[in-house]
Amino acid sequence: MNTPLSHYLILSALLFSIGLAGAVARRSAIVVLIGIELMLNAANLNFIAFWRYGPHAEALTGVMFVLFSIAIAAAEAAVGLALVIAIYRQRKTAQVDSLDELKG
Amino acid sequence: MPNEFAFYLIAAFTVVFAVAAMTLPRLVHCALCAAAAFAGLAMIYLQLDAEFVGFAQLLVYVGAIAILIVFAVLLTRGDEVRPGHSQSSPSWMAGVAVAVLALAVMAMAILLSPSLQRLAPSAPVAPVKKIGEELMTRYVLPLEMVGVLLTGALLGAVVIAMHEESEVKPPARWPASKRAESGEAMSLR
Repeated sequence: MNTPLSHYLILSALLFSIGLAGAVARRSAIVVLIGIELMLNAANLNFIAFWRYGPHAEALTGVMFVLFSIAIAAAEAAVGLALVIAIYRQRKTAQVDSLDELKG
Repeated sequence: MPNEFAFYLIAAFTVVFAVAAMTLPRLVHCALCAAAAFAGLAMIYLQLDAEFVGFAQLLVYVGAIAILIVFAVLLTRGDEVRPGHSQSSPSWMAGVAVAVLALAVMAMAILLSPSLQRLAPSAPVAPVKKIGEELMTRYVLPLEMVGVLLTGALLGAVVIAMHEESEVKPPARWPASKRAESGEAMSLR
């Protein structure tokens, strides 16, 4: 393992920024959700990288956090996509900028 | 070093597919590229000696969430690319600028920190047996809470997406443009 820790962190920052750009710049609610998932994954990569390079790897803290994070991401994706489908059924569109009823 | 080479190869694979997932115009392509990016992340976990997390990532993200996204894309089919309609929001340049700024700040912080340039210690042992023991002892309460959360999310998702056949949609829920062209809505005012 001759790759320094910073390379993993840079990869994670790249993935986070790509997900952020997609989540704020795209109009489709599904792509916004994919962007959020990418950001979550970038955070998970940080946990695993710090666990692997940290001094107390035998405590398994990073691994446990990522396992719970993956479970919560699954719940979030299920509820988010159910919301997208419900909105599509009501409005015949899932473009986030056409849902502006609450806009002042 | 073969290990280093593998990391850069997998990292390039993941980033390319993540960019494709965020930029391609068709939603199905976005979903499939996102699945490939998640698979790349699973490979990086395997490369970081976190085998259990890597396979969990593969099962949950590539196996379940990607399929869920594809199903959602297929169920919202009428939402596809319409001529004259851009796929990005009007203020997309501001969003991309914010993302680039965030990347610059994070990259600067990472590259300027000398303690983050260190190399990995010898491979830690994280056997599945040990993970299971930890889940049943130290992390048993969070595990139970995740079970409750997943049950609640499952029921919630079913209730939200359930199709109510007998419900008559009130005109007030229509989009503004539709309401304007319908005479019935005008008479209601």
